[in-house]
Amino acid sequence: MADRVIYAMYDDDDVIKTAAKKLVADGIHITDVFSPFPIHGIDPIIGVKHTRMGNVAFLFGLFGLGLALFGMRYFMIVDWPMNIGGKPNFSLMENLPSFIPVAFEFTVLFAAHGMAITYLLRNKTLPGMPADNPYPRTTDDRFVMEILLSDNPSFTAEEIQAKVKQTDIVQVEEKEFKKIK
Amino acid sequence: MLFRQKWRMAINRSAEAMTIFAVFMAGMFPLIHMGRLWVGYWVLPLPNEFGSLWVNFNSPLLWDVFAISTYLSVSFVFWYIGLIPDFATIRDRAKSPVAIKAYSLMSFGWSGRAKHWNRFEIVTLVLAGLATPLVFSVHSIVSFDFATSVIPGWHTTIFPPYFVAGAVFSGFAMVQTLMLVLRKAMHLENYIHTKHIEYMNIVIMTTGSMVGVAYLTELFMSWYSGVEYEAYAFLNRATGPYWWAYAFMMTFNVVSPQLMWFKKLRRSLLFTFFISIVVNTGMWFERFVIIVTSIHQDYLPSSWSMFYPTWVDIGVYVGTIGLFFMFYMAYVRYFPVLAIAEVKTILKSSGESYKNGSAELNSGSDDGVLTNNKNN
Repeated sequence: MADRVIYAMYDDDDVIKTAAKKLVADGIHITDVFSPFPIHGIDPIIGVKHTRMGNVAFLFGLFGLGLALFGMRYFMIVDWPMNIGGKPNFSLMENLPSFIPVAFEFTVLFAAHGMAITYLLRNKTLPGMPADNPYPRTTDDRFVMEILLSDNPSFTAEEIQAKVKQTDIVQVEEKEFKKIK
Repeated sequence: MLFRQKWRMAINRSAEAMTIFAVFMAGMFPLIHMGRLWVGYWVLPLPNEFGSLWVNFNSPLLWDVFAISTYLSVSFVFWYIGLIPDFATIRDRAKSPVAIKAYSLMSFGWSGRAKHWNRFEIVTLVLAGLATPLVFSVHSIVSFDFATSVIPGWHTTIFPPYFVAGAVFSGFAMVQTLMLVLRKAMHLENYIHTKHIEYMNIVIMTTGSMVGVAYLTELFMSWYSGVEYEAYAFLNRATGPYWWAYAFMMTFNVVSPQLMWFKKLRRSLLFTFFISIVVNTGMWFERFVIIVTSIHQDYLPSSWSMFYPTWVDIGVYVGTIGLFFMFYMAYVRYFPVLAIAEVKTILKSSGESYKNGSAELNSGSDDGVLTNNKNN
Protein backbone atom coordinates (compact mmCIF):
# COMPACT_ATOMS: atom_id res chain seq x y z
CA MET A 1 0.00 0.00 0.00
CA ALA A 2 1.37 3.36 -0.99
CA ASP A 3 1.91 5.55 2.02
CA ARG A 4 0.30 8.97 2.29
CA VAL A 5 1.63 12.00 4.07
CA ILE A 6 0.23 15.22 5.51
CA TYR A 7 2.29 18.38 5.29
CA ALA A 8 1.33 21.19 7.67
CA MET A 9 2.98 24.53 6.99
CA TYR A 10 3.64 27.27 9.56
CA ASP A 11 5.29 30.66 9.28
CA ASP A 12 6.95 31.00 12.66
CA ASP A 13 9.30 28.82 14.68
CA ASP A 14 7.55 29.42 18.00
CA VAL A 15 4.13 28.69 16.49
CA ILE A 16 5.27 25.36 15.03
CA LYS A 17 6.74 24.44 18.40
CA THR A 18 3.47 25.12 20.21
CA ALA A 19 1.56 23.25 17.51
CA ALA A 20 3.90 20.26 17.70
CA LYS A 21 3.48 20.12 21.47
CA LYS A 22 -0.31 20.11 21.09
CA LEU A 23 -0.38 17.45 18.37
CA VAL A 24 2.00 15.17 20.24
CA ALA A 25 -0.15 15.55 23.35
CA ASP A 26 -3.08 14.38 21.20
CA GLY A 27 -1.14 11.23 20.36
CA ILE A 28 -0.01 12.12 16.84
CA HIS A 29 3.46 11.05 15.82
CA ILE A 30 5.23 13.79 13.88
CA THR A 31 7.64 12.13 11.49
CA ASP A 32 9.84 15.13 10.77
CA VAL A 33 10.05 18.90 10.68
CA PHE A 34 11.63 20.92 7.88
CA SER A 35 12.89 24.37 8.78
CA PRO A 36 15.19 27.07 7.36
CA PHE A 37 17.21 27.20 10.59
CA PRO A 38 17.52 25.11 13.76
CA ILE A 39 14.42 25.46 15.96
CA HIS A 40 15.72 25.27 19.49
CA GLY A 41 13.65 22.94 21.63
CA ILE A 42 11.75 21.12 18.86
CA ASP A 43 13.84 17.93 19.13
CA PRO A 44 12.51 16.57 22.45
CA ILE A 45 8.93 17.42 21.40
CA ILE A 46 8.97 15.37 18.21
CA GLY A 47 11.24 12.71 19.67
CA VAL A 48 14.53 13.41 17.89
CA LYS A 49 17.34 12.01 19.99
CA HIS A 50 20.38 14.12 20.69
CA THR A 51 23.12 13.58 18.13
CA ARG A 52 26.24 11.56 18.93
CA MET A 53 28.44 13.57 16.55
CA GLY A 54 30.47 14.88 19.47
CA ASN A 55 31.47 11.32 20.40
CA VAL A 56 32.35 10.67 16.76
CA ALA A 57 34.72 13.64 16.82
CA PHE A 58 36.30 12.44 20.06
CA LEU A 59 36.91 8.93 18.74
CA PHE A 60 38.36 10.18 15.46
CA GLY A 61 40.57 12.57 17.43
CA LEU A 62 41.81 9.73 19.60
CA PHE A 63 42.53 7.68 16.50
CA GLY A 64 44.45 10.59 14.94
CA LEU A 65 46.51 11.05 18.08
CA GLY A 66 47.34 7.35 18.20
CA LEU A 67 48.22 7.25 14.52
CA ALA A 68 50.51 10.30 14.84
CA LEU A 69 52.38 8.87 17.82
CA PHE A 70 52.64 5.43 16.27
CA GLY A 71 53.86 6.88 12.96
CA MET A 72 56.42 9.22 14.48
CA ARG A 73 57.75 6.45 16.71
CA TYR A 74 58.18 4.25 13.66
CA PHE A 75 59.78 6.93 11.43
CA MET A 76 62.04 8.61 13.97
CA ILE A 77 62.85 5.94 16.56
CA VAL A 78 62.54 2.50 14.95
CA ASP A 79 63.07 2.70 11.22
CA TRP A 80 65.63 5.46 10.69
CA PRO A 81 66.83 7.25 13.83
CA MET A 82 68.50 10.55 12.97
CA ASN A 83 70.97 12.33 15.16
CA ILE A 84 69.75 15.91 15.23
CA GLY A 85 72.03 18.14 17.28
CA GLY A 86 72.67 15.22 19.61
CA LYS A 87 69.15 15.41 21.02
CA PRO A 88 68.08 12.21 22.78
CA ASN A 89 65.95 10.04 20.52
CA PHE A 90 66.35 6.52 21.85
CA SER A 91 62.72 6.17 22.85
CA LEU A 92 59.39 7.77 22.14
CA MET A 93 59.30 9.35 25.61
CA GLU A 94 62.69 11.03 25.19
CA ASN A 95 61.74 12.50 21.85
CA LEU A 96 58.14 13.32 22.78
CA PRO A 97 58.50 17.11 23.24
CA SER A 98 59.33 17.46 19.54
CA PHE A 99 56.36 15.32 18.61
CA ILE A 100 53.70 17.34 20.44
CA PRO A 101 52.91 19.81 17.63
CA VAL A 102 52.35 17.16 14.96
CA ALA A 103 50.44 14.94 17.42
CA PHE A 104 48.13 17.88 18.18
CA GLU A 105 47.63 18.76 14.51
CA PHE A 106 46.85 15.15 13.62
CA THR A 107 44.31 14.87 16.45
CA VAL A 108 42.50 17.96 15.20
CA LEU A 109 42.79 16.93 11.56
CA PHE A 110 41.21 13.54 12.18
CA ALA A 111 38.57 14.79 14.61
CA ALA A 112 37.41 17.53 12.24
CA HIS A 113 37.45 15.59 9.00
CA GLY A 114 36.21 12.33 10.52
CA MET A 115 33.27 14.11 12.09
CA ALA A 116 32.51 16.17 8.96
CA ILE A 117 32.52 13.10 6.72
CA THR A 118 30.37 11.10 9.15
CA TYR A 119 27.99 14.04 9.34
CA LEU A 120 27.64 14.28 5.56
CA LEU A 121 27.16 10.52 5.18
CA ARG A 122 24.60 10.22 7.99
CA ASN A 123 22.65 13.20 6.66
CA LYS A 124 22.85 11.80 3.14
CA THR A 125 24.06 15.21 2.07
CA LEU A 126 26.72 14.59 -0.55
CA PRO A 127 27.54 16.23 -3.87
CA GLY A 128 24.85 15.31 -6.38
CA MET A 129 22.28 14.12 -3.82
CA PRO A 130 18.72 15.31 -4.47
CA ALA A 131 17.02 17.51 -1.90
CA ASP A 132 13.81 16.16 -0.36
CA ASN A 133 12.26 19.15 1.35
CA PRO A 134 8.57 19.14 0.34
CA TYR A 135 8.33 22.87 -0.46
CA PRO A 136 11.10 25.18 -1.64
CA ARG A 137 10.10 27.76 0.96
CA THR A 138 11.15 25.51 3.86
CA THR A 139 14.72 26.68 3.30
CA ASP A 140 13.55 30.29 3.31
CA ASP A 141 10.86 31.32 5.79
CA ARG A 142 8.40 28.43 6.17
CA PHE A 143 8.31 25.57 8.67
CA VAL A 144 6.70 22.28 7.65
CA MET A 145 5.62 19.26 9.67
CA GLU A 146 5.68 15.90 7.96
CA ILE A 147 3.11 13.45 9.36
CA LEU A 148 3.21 10.01 7.76
CA LEU A 149 -0.04 8.09 7.94
CA SER A 150 1.83 4.81 8.41
CA ASP A 151 3.33 6.29 11.59
CA ASN A 152 -0.16 7.02 12.91
CA PRO A 153 -2.19 3.84 12.41
CA SER A 154 -4.71 4.80 15.10
CA PHE A 155 -5.91 7.90 13.25
CA THR A 156 -7.49 8.39 9.83
CA ALA A 157 -6.22 11.09 7.50
CA GLU A 158 -9.34 13.17 8.18
CA GLU A 159 -8.83 13.00 11.94
CA ILE A 160 -5.23 14.15 11.65
CA GLN A 161 -6.17 16.95 9.26
CA ALA A 162 -8.86 18.12 11.64
CA LYS A 163 -6.41 18.21 14.52
CA VAL A 164 -3.77 19.99 12.45
CA LYS A 165 -6.29 22.59 11.35
CA GLN A 166 -6.92 23.51 14.98
CA THR A 167 -3.33 24.79 15.19
CA ASP A 168 -2.15 28.05 13.71
CA ILE A 169 -1.32 26.77 10.23
CA VAL A 170 -0.72 28.57 6.96
CA GLN A 171 -1.53 25.62 4.76
CA VAL A 172 -2.17 21.87 5.00
CA GLU A 173 -1.83 19.33 2.23
CA GLU A 174 -2.17 15.57 1.93
CA LYS A 175 -0.38 13.69 -0.78
CA GLU A 176 1.25 10.46 -1.91
CA PHE A 177 4.50 9.88 -0.03
CA LYS A 178 7.51 9.52 -2.28
CA LYS A 179 10.77 8.47 -0.72
CA ILE A 180 13.50 10.43 -2.48
CA LYS A 181 16.46 9.21 -0.50
CA MET B 1 36.32 32.22 14.52
CA LEU B 2 37.66 32.80 17.96
CA PHE B 3 34.60 34.26 19.57
CA ARG B 4 31.24 32.67 20.14
CA GLN B 5 29.21 35.81 20.38
CA LYS B 6 26.25 36.97 18.44
CA TRP B 7 27.96 39.92 16.85
CA ARG B 8 30.28 37.55 15.04
CA MET B 9 27.45 36.50 12.74
CA ALA B 10 27.77 39.71 10.77
CA ILE B 11 31.32 38.96 9.78
CA ASN B 12 32.23 35.31 10.34
CA ARG B 13 31.41 33.95 6.88
CA SER B 14 33.50 36.55 5.08
CA ALA B 15 36.29 36.45 7.64
CA GLU B 16 36.57 32.69 7.18
CA ALA B 17 36.59 33.11 3.40
CA MET B 18 39.40 35.64 3.67
CA THR B 19 41.33 33.28 5.94
CA ILE B 20 41.06 30.42 3.50
CA PHE B 21 42.01 32.48 0.46
CA ALA B 22 44.88 34.09 2.35
CA VAL B 23 46.20 30.69 3.46
CA PHE B 24 46.14 29.57 -0.19
CA MET B 25 48.41 32.49 -1.00
CA ALA B 26 50.57 31.99 2.07
CA GLY B 27 51.00 28.33 1.22
CA MET B 28 52.34 29.21 -2.21
CA PHE B 29 55.45 30.94 -0.88
CA PRO B 30 57.04 27.94 0.86
CA LEU B 31 56.28 25.91 -2.27
CA ILE B 32 58.01 28.51 -4.46
CA HIS B 33 60.95 28.63 -2.07
CA MET B 34 61.39 24.89 -2.25
CA GLY B 35 62.81 25.52 -5.70
CA ARG B 36 61.62 22.24 -7.14
CA LEU B 37 57.85 22.51 -6.98
CA TRP B 38 57.25 19.19 -8.63
CA VAL B 39 58.77 17.32 -5.70
CA GLY B 40 56.79 19.33 -3.16
CA TYR B 41 55.16 16.13 -1.94
CA TRP B 42 58.51 15.15 -0.41
CA VAL B 43 57.48 17.14 2.66
CA LEU B 44 55.09 14.30 3.51
CA PRO B 45 56.28 11.12 5.22
CA LEU B 46 55.85 8.84 2.20
CA PRO B 47 57.63 5.54 1.60
CA ASN B 48 60.44 6.17 -0.87
CA GLU B 49 63.39 4.54 -2.57
CA PHE B 50 66.10 6.48 -0.71
CA GLY B 51 66.38 3.68 1.83
CA SER B 52 63.09 4.79 3.32
CA LEU B 53 64.43 8.14 4.42
CA TRP B 54 61.75 9.89 6.43
CA VAL B 55 61.06 13.56 6.96
CA ASN B 56 62.35 15.00 10.21
CA PHE B 57 59.62 15.24 12.81
CA ASN B 58 61.94 17.19 15.10
CA SER B 59 61.96 20.13 12.71
CA PRO B 60 59.64 23.13 13.07
CA LEU B 61 59.57 23.35 9.29
CA LEU B 62 57.83 19.98 9.18
CA TRP B 63 55.52 20.97 12.03
CA ASP B 64 54.58 23.90 9.85
CA VAL B 65 53.66 21.58 6.98
CA PHE B 66 51.20 19.79 9.25
CA ALA B 67 49.99 22.96 10.96
CA ILE B 68 49.23 24.85 7.76
CA SER B 69 47.62 21.95 5.96
CA THR B 70 45.47 21.11 8.98
CA TYR B 71 44.52 24.75 9.45
CA LEU B 72 43.62 25.20 5.79
CA SER B 73 41.60 22.01 5.45
CA VAL B 74 39.78 22.31 8.78
CA SER B 75 38.93 25.97 8.14
CA PHE B 76 37.63 25.01 4.73
CA VAL B 77 35.44 22.23 6.13
CA PHE B 78 34.09 24.52 8.87
CA TRP B 79 33.29 27.18 6.30
CA TYR B 80 31.66 24.76 3.88
CA ILE B 81 29.53 22.93 6.48
CA GLY B 82 28.09 26.33 7.39
CA LEU B 83 27.56 27.17 3.73
CA ILE B 84 25.53 24.04 2.87
CA PRO B 85 22.15 25.19 4.33
CA ASP B 86 22.65 28.65 2.82
CA PHE B 87 23.33 27.17 -0.60
CA ALA B 88 20.08 25.21 -0.16
CA THR B 89 18.25 28.48 0.51
CA ILE B 90 19.64 29.97 -2.68
CA ARG B 91 18.90 26.76 -4.59
CA ASP B 92 15.23 26.94 -3.65
CA ARG B 93 14.98 30.60 -4.61
CA ALA B 94 17.02 30.49 -7.80
CA LYS B 95 15.22 31.10 -11.08
CA SER B 96 17.73 30.24 -13.80
CA PRO B 97 18.25 26.53 -14.52
CA VAL B 98 22.03 26.90 -14.41
CA ALA B 99 21.89 28.46 -10.96
CA ILE B 100 19.48 25.77 -9.72
CA LYS B 101 21.81 23.06 -10.97
CA ALA B 102 24.94 24.68 -9.57
CA TYR B 103 23.48 25.41 -6.15
CA SER B 104 21.85 21.94 -5.98
CA LEU B 105 25.27 20.44 -6.47
CA MET B 106 26.89 22.76 -3.92
CA SER B 107 24.13 22.34 -1.32
CA PHE B 108 24.64 18.54 -1.33
CA GLY B 109 20.86 17.99 -1.22
CA TRP B 110 20.33 19.74 2.11
CA SER B 111 16.67 19.62 3.17
CA GLY B 112 16.64 21.07 6.68
CA ARG B 113 15.26 18.10 8.63
CA ALA B 114 15.10 18.45 12.41
CA LYS B 115 17.66 15.68 12.94
CA HIS B 116 20.04 17.29 10.44
CA TRP B 117 19.81 20.65 12.19
CA ASN B 118 20.43 18.91 15.50
CA ARG B 119 23.63 17.40 14.06
CA PHE B 120 24.50 20.67 12.33
CA GLU B 121 24.56 22.56 15.60
CA ILE B 122 26.86 20.11 17.35
CA VAL B 123 29.12 19.71 14.32
CA THR B 124 29.59 23.45 13.89
CA LEU B 125 30.14 23.87 17.62
CA VAL B 126 32.80 21.14 17.72
CA LEU B 127 34.46 22.48 14.56
CA ALA B 128 34.55 25.97 16.07
CA GLY B 129 36.06 24.48 19.21
CA LEU B 130 38.69 22.67 17.16
CA ALA B 131 39.42 25.69 14.96
CA THR B 132 40.10 27.99 17.89
CA PRO B 133 43.19 26.17 19.22
CA LEU B 134 44.22 25.70 15.60
CA VAL B 135 44.47 29.47 15.20
CA PHE B 136 46.84 29.57 18.16
CA SER B 137 48.81 26.53 17.07
CA VAL B 138 49.31 27.57 13.45
CA HIS B 139 50.73 30.98 14.35
CA SER B 140 52.80 29.56 17.20
CA ILE B 141 54.29 26.95 14.92
CA VAL B 142 55.04 29.50 12.20
CA SER B 143 56.88 31.50 14.85
CA PHE B 144 58.83 28.35 15.86
CA ASP B 145 60.34 28.39 12.38
CA PHE B 146 62.03 31.61 13.44
CA ALA B 147 62.36 31.12 17.17
CA THR B 148 64.18 27.78 17.05
CA SER B 149 66.84 29.14 14.70
CA VAL B 150 69.99 30.76 16.05
CA ILE B 151 69.69 34.04 14.14
CA PRO B 152 69.86 37.08 16.43
CA GLY B 153 66.50 38.83 16.38
CA TRP B 154 64.66 35.58 15.76
CA HIS B 155 65.86 33.45 18.65
CA THR B 156 63.32 34.63 21.23
CA THR B 157 60.75 32.84 23.36
CA ILE B 158 58.21 35.65 23.02
CA PHE B 159 57.57 34.82 19.38
CA PRO B 160 54.55 32.45 19.68
CA PRO B 161 52.20 34.79 21.62
CA TYR B 162 53.58 37.75 19.70
CA PHE B 163 52.72 36.12 16.36
CA VAL B 164 49.26 35.08 17.57
CA ALA B 165 48.47 38.64 18.69
CA GLY B 166 49.90 39.97 15.43
CA ALA B 167 47.76 37.57 13.43
CA VAL B 168 44.53 38.58 15.18
CA PHE B 169 45.55 42.22 14.82
CA SER B 170 46.27 42.10 11.10
CA GLY B 171 43.39 39.67 10.50
CA PHE B 172 40.86 42.09 11.93
CA ALA B 173 42.41 44.98 10.03
CA MET B 174 42.02 43.02 6.81
CA VAL B 175 38.41 42.17 7.71
CA GLN B 176 37.75 45.88 8.30
CA THR B 177 39.27 46.88 4.97
CA LEU B 178 37.28 44.35 2.97
CA MET B 179 34.04 44.43 4.97
CA LEU B 180 33.68 48.19 4.81
CA VAL B 181 33.83 48.01 1.01
CA LEU B 182 31.54 44.95 0.93
CA ARG B 183 29.03 46.60 3.25
CA LYS B 184 28.84 49.65 1.01
CA ALA B 185 28.82 47.76 -2.28
CA MET B 186 26.22 45.16 -1.29
CA HIS B 187 24.12 47.42 0.97
CA LEU B 188 24.62 45.30 4.08
CA GLU B 189 24.14 48.24 6.45
CA ASN B 190 21.26 46.41 8.13
CA TYR B 191 23.50 43.49 9.01
CA ILE B 192 26.88 45.05 9.63
CA HIS B 193 26.27 47.90 12.02
CA THR B 194 28.54 50.64 13.22
CA LYS B 195 28.46 48.61 16.45
CA HIS B 196 30.16 45.67 14.72
CA ILE B 197 32.79 47.97 13.23
CA GLU B 198 33.34 49.47 16.66
CA TYR B 199 33.78 46.06 18.31
CA MET B 200 36.31 45.08 15.69
CA ASN B 201 38.15 48.35 16.27
CA ILE B 202 38.33 47.55 19.97
CA VAL B 203 39.86 44.17 19.12
CA ILE B 204 42.35 45.93 16.84
CA MET B 205 43.20 48.37 19.60
CA THR B 206 43.69 45.60 22.18
CA THR B 207 45.78 43.32 20.00
CA GLY B 208 47.71 46.33 18.69
CA SER B 209 48.66 47.14 22.27
CA MET B 210 49.69 43.51 22.81
CA VAL B 211 51.90 43.70 19.73
CA GLY B 212 53.33 46.96 21.09
CA VAL B 213 54.16 45.30 24.40
CA ALA B 214 55.84 42.46 22.48
CA TYR B 215 58.01 44.93 20.52
CA LEU B 216 59.10 46.67 23.70
CA THR B 217 59.74 43.37 25.51
CA GLU B 218 61.94 42.28 22.62
CA LEU B 219 63.92 45.48 22.86
CA PHE B 220 64.27 45.19 26.62
CA MET B 221 65.28 41.54 26.48
CA SER B 222 67.91 42.15 23.81
CA TRP B 223 69.65 44.43 26.29
CA TYR B 224 68.80 42.51 29.47
CA SER B 225 69.90 39.12 28.10
CA GLY B 226 73.44 40.44 27.75
CA VAL B 227 73.90 38.66 24.45
CA GLU B 228 75.82 41.13 22.33
CA TYR B 229 74.64 39.68 18.98
CA GLU B 230 71.05 40.00 20.13
CA ALA B 231 71.65 43.53 21.37
CA TYR B 232 73.30 44.48 18.10
CA ALA B 233 70.46 42.99 16.04
CA PHE B 234 67.96 45.27 17.72
CA LEU B 235 70.21 48.31 17.71
CA ASN B 236 70.68 47.71 14.00
CA ARG B 237 66.93 47.36 13.47
CA ALA B 238 66.13 50.66 15.11
CA THR B 239 69.09 52.76 13.99
CA GLY B 240 70.73 50.82 11.16
CA PRO B 241 70.18 51.17 7.42
CA TYR B 242 66.62 49.90 7.81
CA TRP B 243 65.62 52.36 10.55
CA TRP B 244 62.82 53.63 8.33
CA ALA B 245 61.16 50.21 8.17
CA TYR B 246 61.36 49.95 11.97
CA ALA B 247 59.92 53.45 12.35
CA PHE B 248 57.02 52.63 10.02
CA MET B 249 56.35 49.41 11.91
CA MET B 250 56.31 51.15 15.29
CA THR B 251 54.15 54.06 14.16
CA PHE B 252 51.65 52.03 12.15
CA ASN B 253 51.24 49.08 14.50
CA VAL B 254 51.70 50.57 17.94
CA VAL B 255 50.73 54.23 17.73
CA SER B 256 47.92 54.23 15.17
CA PRO B 257 45.60 51.69 16.89
CA GLN B 258 45.82 53.76 20.09
CA LEU B 259 43.70 56.39 18.34
CA MET B 260 40.81 53.92 18.69
CA TRP B 261 40.52 54.92 22.34
CA PHE B 262 38.50 57.87 21.06
CA LYS B 263 34.90 56.77 20.66
CA LYS B 264 34.29 59.24 17.88
CA LEU B 265 37.18 57.92 15.83
CA ARG B 266 36.40 54.23 16.30
CA ARG B 267 32.81 54.81 15.21
CA SER B 268 33.86 56.69 12.10
CA LEU B 269 33.79 54.41 9.08
CA LEU B 270 36.15 56.51 6.99
CA PHE B 271 38.70 56.70 9.78
CA THR B 272 38.37 52.95 10.42
CA PHE B 273 39.05 52.25 6.77
CA PHE B 274 42.10 54.51 6.85
CA ILE B 275 43.49 52.90 10.02
CA SER B 276 42.87 49.41 8.67
CA ILE B 277 45.01 50.21 5.63
CA VAL B 278 47.67 51.71 7.90
CA VAL B 279 47.66 48.57 10.09
CA ASN B 280 47.90 46.27 7.08
CA THR B 281 50.90 48.24 5.84
CA GLY B 282 52.39 48.24 9.33
CA MET B 283 52.08 44.47 9.60
CA TRP B 284 53.80 44.09 6.24
CA PHE B 285 56.65 46.21 7.64
CA GLU B 286 56.74 43.99 10.74
CA ARG B 287 57.49 40.92 8.61
CA PHE B 288 59.99 42.94 6.59
CA VAL B 289 61.75 44.09 9.76
CA ILE B 290 61.82 40.61 11.31
CA ILE B 291 63.11 38.88 8.20
CA VAL B 292 65.27 41.38 6.34
CA THR B 293 66.96 43.25 9.18
CA SER B 294 67.79 40.04 11.02
CA ILE B 295 69.61 38.42 8.14
CA HIS B 296 71.10 41.29 6.17
CA GLN B 297 73.76 41.63 8.86
CA ASP B 298 74.54 38.51 10.84
CA TYR B 299 77.66 36.97 12.34
CA LEU B 300 79.99 37.51 9.37
CA PRO B 301 80.55 41.18 8.56
CA SER B 302 82.05 40.09 5.23
CA SER B 303 78.62 38.96 4.09
CA TRP B 304 76.73 42.01 5.25
CA SER B 305 74.63 43.48 2.49
CA MET B 306 71.39 45.23 1.68
CA PHE B 307 68.27 43.56 0.35
CA TYR B 308 66.93 44.82 -2.95
CA PRO B 309 63.86 43.03 -4.27
CA THR B 310 63.96 42.08 -7.93
CA TRP B 311 61.04 42.55 -10.29
CA VAL B 312 60.33 38.85 -9.85
CA ASP B 313 60.02 39.27 -6.08
CA ILE B 314 57.67 42.21 -6.43
CA GLY B 315 55.76 40.51 -9.25
CA VAL B 316 55.13 37.35 -7.23
CA TYR B 317 53.95 39.41 -4.28
CA VAL B 318 51.60 41.57 -6.35
CA GLY B 319 50.44 38.42 -8.14
CA THR B 320 49.34 36.75 -4.90
CA ILE B 321 47.37 39.87 -3.96
CA GLY B 322 45.69 39.71 -7.36
CA LEU B 323 44.92 36.02 -6.97
CA PHE B 324 43.52 36.62 -3.48
CA PHE B 325 41.16 39.25 -4.81
CA MET B 326 40.13 37.02 -7.68
CA PHE B 327 39.02 34.35 -5.19
CA TYR B 328 37.47 36.92 -2.92
CA MET B 329 35.50 38.63 -5.70
CA ALA B 330 34.25 35.27 -6.96
CA TYR B 331 33.16 34.42 -3.42
CA VAL B 332 31.35 37.73 -2.99
CA ARG B 333 29.62 37.29 -6.32
CA TYR B 334 28.36 33.71 -5.94
CA PHE B 335 28.40 32.80 -2.24
CA PRO B 336 26.17 34.04 0.57
CA VAL B 337 28.41 36.57 2.33
CA LEU B 338 26.34 36.42 5.50
CA ALA B 339 25.57 33.22 7.39
CA ILE B 340 21.88 33.31 6.44
CA ALA B 341 20.62 30.46 8.60
CA GLU B 342 22.58 31.69 11.61
CA VAL B 343 21.31 35.23 11.23
CA LYS B 344 17.74 33.92 11.10
CA THR B 345 18.14 32.24 14.49
CA ILE B 346 18.88 35.55 16.17
CA LEU B 347 16.36 37.54 14.18
CA LYS B 348 13.89 37.58 17.04
CA SER B 349 16.32 38.29 19.85
CA SER B 350 18.20 40.96 17.92
CA GLY B 351 15.42 42.20 15.70
CA GLU B 352 14.62 44.93 18.18
CA SER B 353 18.04 46.41 17.76
CA TYR B 354 17.27 47.09 14.14
CA LYS B 355 15.09 49.90 15.39
CA ASN B 356 17.32 51.44 18.00
CA GLY B 357 20.61 50.27 16.48
CA SER B 358 23.25 52.77 15.72
CA ALA B 359 23.56 52.06 12.01
CA GLU B 360 21.58 54.15 9.61
CA LEU B 361 18.83 52.09 8.09
CA ASN B 362 18.26 52.36 4.38
CA SER B 363 14.75 51.41 3.51
CA GLY B 364 14.63 48.63 0.95
CA SER B 365 18.27 47.76 1.14
CA ASP B 366 17.81 44.19 0.01
CA ASP B 367 20.45 43.02 -2.39
CA GLY B 368 20.52 40.41 -5.11
CA VAL B 369 22.09 37.58 -3.18
CA LEU B 370 20.32 37.63 0.13
CA THR B 371 16.82 38.89 -0.15
CA ASN B 372 15.19 36.66 2.34
CA ASN B 373 16.29 37.46 5.85
CA LYS B 374 14.22 40.19 7.26
CA ASN B 375 10.67 39.92 6.09
CA ASN B 376 9.74 36.64 7.70
